[in-house]
Amino acid sequence: MSQQSSQGVSRRGFLKGSGAAVAASTVVSSTEAEAAAPGLQVVSGETSITMKVNGKSMTAKVEPRTTLLDVLRYQFDLTGAKPVSLDGSSGASTVLVGGKAVMASTTLALAVARKEVTTCESLGGDVVPAAFVEHDAQQCGFCTPGFVVAVRAFLNRHPDATEEQIRAGLNGNICRCGTYANILQAVISLVKGN
Amino acid sequence: MAEVTYSWPENHKARLIGKRISRLDGMEKSTGTAKYTYDINLPKQLIVRALGCPHAHCRVISVDASAAERVAGVVLVHMIKAPGPGDDPVEIRADGTLLVAVAAETEAAAAEGVSKLKVKYELLESFVDDHDLQAAEAKKRTKKAGGGIELDEALGEPGDDDDEEEWEEQKVQELFAQSKYVVEGNYGIDTITHCCLEPHGSTLHWEGDRLKVNLSTQNVSRTDDGYADALKISADEVDVHCEYIGGGFGSKFKPDYWGITAAEIAKKTGRPIKFLLTRDQELKIGGNRPSGFIDVKLGADENGVVQVWDSHHWGTSGFNGSTVSVGNFPYVFRPKNWRRRATGIITDNEPSVAWRAPNHPQACAITQTAYDDLAAKMQADSLDIFLRNLENIDSPEKSLVYAEQLRIAADLIDWRKHWHLHGKGNRRGSVVEGLGIGIHKWGGTANSSNCLLKIHPDGGVESYCGTQDLGTGTRTICAMVLAETLGLPIDAVKVNIGSSTYPFSGASGGSTTVGAVSESHRRAAQEVLAQIFDLVAGKLEVPADKLEASNGSISVVGYSDKSMSWKQACSLIGIQPLEVTSIYKRGDDSPLSSSNVAGCQMARVAVDTDTGVVKIIKMVAVQDMGLVMNRKTAESQIYGALIMSIAAALFEQRINDPKTGAFINSELDNYRLPRLGDTGELVVHFHEPESERARGVIGLGEPPAISGGAAIANAVCNATGVRVPTLPLTPKRVLDALRTAKG
Repeated sequence: MSQQSSQGVSRRGFLKGSGAAVAASTVVSSTEAEAAAPGLQVVSGETSITMKVNGKSMTAKVEPRTTLLDVLRYQFDLTGAKPVSLDGSSGASTVLVGGKAVMASTTLALAVARKEVTTCESLGGDVVPAAFVEHDAQQCGFCTPGFVVAVRAFLNRHPDATEEQIRAGLNGNICRCGTYANILQAVISLVKGN
Repeated sequence: MAEVTYSWPENHKARLIGKRISRLDGMEKSTGTAKYTYDINLPKQLIVRALGCPHAHCRVISVDASAAERVAGVVLVHMIKAPGPGDDPVEIRADGTLLVAVAAETEAAAAEGVSKLKVKYELLESFVDDHDLQAAEAKKRTKKAGGGIELDEALGEPGDDDDEEEWEEQKVQELFAQSKYVVEGNYGIDTITHCCLEPHGSTLHWEGDRLKVNLSTQNVSRTDDGYADALKISADEVDVHCEYIGGGFGSKFKPDYWGITAAEIAKKTGRPIKFLLTRDQELKIGGNRPSGFIDVKLGADENGVVQVWDSHHWGTSGFNGSTVSVGNFPYVFRPKNWRRRATGIITDNEPSVAWRAPNHPQACAITQTAYDDLAAKMQADSLDIFLRNLENIDSPEKSLVYAEQLRIAADLIDWRKHWHLHGKGNRRGSVVEGLGIGIHKWGGTANSSNCLLKIHPDGGVESYCGTQDLGTGTRTICAMVLAETLGLPIDAVKVNIGSSTYPFSGASGGSTTVGAVSESHRRAAQEVLAQIFDLVAGKLEVPADKLEASNGSISVVGYSDKSMSWKQACSLIGIQPLEVTSIYKRGDDSPLSSSNVAGCQMARVAVDTDTGVVKIIKMVAVQDMGLVMNRKTAESQIYGALIMSIAAALFEQRINDPKTGAFINSELDNYRLPRLGDTGELVVHFHEPESERARGVIGLGEPPAISGGAAIANAVCNATGVRVPTLPLTPKRVLDALRTAKG
């Protein structure tokens, strides 16, 4: 949320705006708009934006209300980030924007125009998914991609985290099957092993 | 070919079975490439969202869909449980019931369409209070839900002139009068929801008259008939697929009415449909577990052995008005004399469905707490009281197993070091610590399962089975069993599951799946191997019973130079693949699987008596399961079950507004679930003496999810010296109980 509020844009505002009609106008300051003319700008209806997703430049057609999650899942077919709780309280839609973990479900697509987005799908060669497999830190697996990205972001900030820090620092994600004990072991193995 | 004798390899010979094997689909799940029902995007698909009824009890009078139909992107508005023009009003009995569906080009357009529906409701009086039995009786919202009595034969029989019930009442009162200790208590556990992270739903399309469904289901092989019945087609015209499912826990066995709606909308629009519940709807109608509240009186002798149990419990399973099944009261323990009665309460809520170990966790949590209160009353060690009462349990043959498991668990949690009498522990500031126990049981009989195994002349191995992997590791178990039997590396077999077009395999419910697929895959592999041995025996000119398959070859036992590679052996098959379909029927006597496990859990907690917050310091689970198949995924099952127990013991509960009946905490920010930092130290111990191993495979999913709640509740009582009667033990409930105890 800090990402959006720092730009004076809230999802609530967009949703309220979009409630009246698809083409509802909302005051927005997207990065693209800022590049052209600094300050606030009115964006309405459907517009095209580009973003760098997993290193590739991608174009999406979005309305002001369109979430990053919907763009990833429906336009780019990147379905690792999951729609579990649209208010972001499950962490299942965690992706990195500019290296920072955000919930794609509460991030408006316009707010990430021209930014770098990293999703779970790009972490195939990363040590985090491998540690999840080794420690069986997954059951049904629906929360797993969000957790993997959250762990990646956590380790970037705390490469030498203690167990206490890990227990305190990964509480933004929910797992219903109860894989927390395994996730904890996976993360401990990474701070110790790497 | 000689008749095949089914068996498991001896412990020292097993290469895969019983070892720690990483799940085969782990990387797909961890990198987001595993495709769940929600993730499957079909060309030209429409997204469906539905309006959930905002009232617990009402009549839907009319729906004005005109504004919704005008929303850009909306393609169709479809009545689910709502009247069309001129129809009679429709009565709704649960908050969240789906009334009207909107199909649109995008999620956002569908949601906007739903927001534009104008519905006229007539509000009716609602009733949602499942705690207060008298209130329910006054409102005529109760239903008898069974009961019974059993008295020791030594007490004799009522005479011909006696009124049977009066005689029984007299005997029960005499038993209490003779008891050295009498405990009276009330206990309870709230309704919780399944809260699957992938909500219920489907992505489906029609191919001509054929319905192709991607369904988030625990029952791949047998939901086709549900579609067929509702849509007036035949089951052979429905294909159901589910490679990955994002949680089920007992709630995903059927197409559900919204699944039928999806198929109807697909037919009407001629386009593929994606229809999954929203989070709010998933909690409200996706499945819930009945509540249970109990009044108990028990009488025990001077040793603390319970001699008489008398209980009446009630609770709700929603508008069909049932409660926790009475058959398991008191849970595991079975005194010589007992009387028990159950009353269901009809509340305006969605009916409950099976929840991991149906009825057991609630029965355990509201009866083994009374046994712990006996220990408190006697100022005795809870562990001693649990051990002494093992002389009266419902499966007497298990009493030694429980005793051994309790001893192991006590060592692992360091019971003797940390134990203190209830409420008599050291206090650090406002924090007190305590220990608690629960014990449990489960059947876990293998379900029916068939497996088609194909061996190609080039050595390729593929299997087909209409089972599903809920995250328990079924797919991996299938591959392990085939690879172990055929002497191949695990990646040399291609396992296919998750389609109703494959041979039948039973639904995954009741801890029946690992047993089921172990049966079908072991049988198919042993039969195939016997045929290949015959071919190799002819070629090598040795008896077939002297051959063994290991390390990718078939060799003569004791003569490693007389061997043939797996590939060479398969080339003897001829030009067509060798195919075997094994058939295992649930209940068939088998050396490969059996049933009935025990298990115990202990909890050590810290309670802050100023804030009411309970923290788990440590939990220990000791569990038998017969032959352990995959040590790694089996351990995960138990870790997960402990965490689910913590969830129901400390965090989650459905909260209905008493006035309107609305389910008010149906989003994850206030339907509280534990997070990674809430789980403390968890210890899992497999109880597997050789006698257990010899029993074959027994299901593991349910048993460890049962007794954690009782263990935590008892630990909180041990810490504080005060019984917090109802789970979850929220800070408010803990503080209320402490205040009441202070007076």
